[in-house]
Amino acid sequence: MTASNHDSETEQRGRVLIQRILAGERQLFHELIAPCERSIYFLLFSLLRNEAEAEDAAQDTAIKVYQNLKNFRGDSQFRTWVLSIARNEGLGRLRKAGTRREDSLDAETDEQTGDYTPAILTSWREVPLEALERQELGALLRAAIARLPEIYRNVVLLRDIEEMDVRETAAALGITEGAVKVRLHRARALLQKELAPKLEGFAPKRTGMFGWFKQ
Amino acid sequence: MRIDCQHVWQHISAYIDGEVDAELRAEIDRHLETCEICSAVLDSTRNVVVLMADDRVFELPAGFSERLHARLDRELELAGPS
Repeated sequence: MTASNHDSETEQRGRVLIQRILAGERQLFHELIAPCERSIYFLLFSLLRNEAEAEDAAQDTAIKVYQNLKNFRGDSQFRTWVLSIARNEGLGRLRKAGTRREDSLDAETDEQTGDYTPAILTSWREVPLEALERQELGALLRAAIARLPEIYRNVVLLRDIEEMDVRETAAALGITEGAVKVRLHRARALLQKELAPKLEGFAPKRTGMFGWFKQ
Repeated sequence: MRIDCQHVWQHISAYIDGEVDAELRAEIDRHLETCEICSAVLDSTRNVVVLMADDRVFELPAGFSERLHARLDRELELAGPS
């Protein structure tokens, strides 16, 4: 697939940048870290739930990445390595503040899929992407994601918002690929249940029973 | 064997990600052809996934990048990678 070609090109380019930075071209670090900025921030925002603190932690993460660059072994993707540093930064801050919630632990061993009853609507078929121009739709999505338990929120953030693959998400969060899939399933189910009734109002007028497939 | 709705819901996320095997996919597809409820659940779940991937939903705070790189500049001046 072109996506993986693109990924390997990005990786290749990253490796060259790292060598040059370590050889003294420090300013190239800006270019190296830029593609990871979004993921660093949103992973930290997911953990810390506070914009200012997430930003501060993101800056500290970038500096730690720079200071530890020579320790990057290249056996994982650069972004995965960066995100594990971000995660440690976030967890360290939570620990220091004594606000680490224990809801992260229970699902480590909990691999059952779990039953759920989705919101059943037959009239919301189309994606209201145009409605994203309106602030309220984005706000609804963000609020629903913010209400997810932390373990689900982290996974949904990396998989569905940052569009990382299962392997990369598992590596960044330090969990198994199986756990990523189970948590992602639960997170999406919870979001569907909460959001489907609210988002229905944003959908464009129905063009037919199978509007989704018409685009 | 015909699978039931609950069974379909359990695999919806994997189905959306293309991670169910061919046999199960075919069973789910057969079910979806006749089950309006499950196809609506599938569509709305997929809609949520599509919406979340849109960069307009989660935007970096204004000025985030500038502040990050300004701080990095200060750091880069101080020392090379140790």
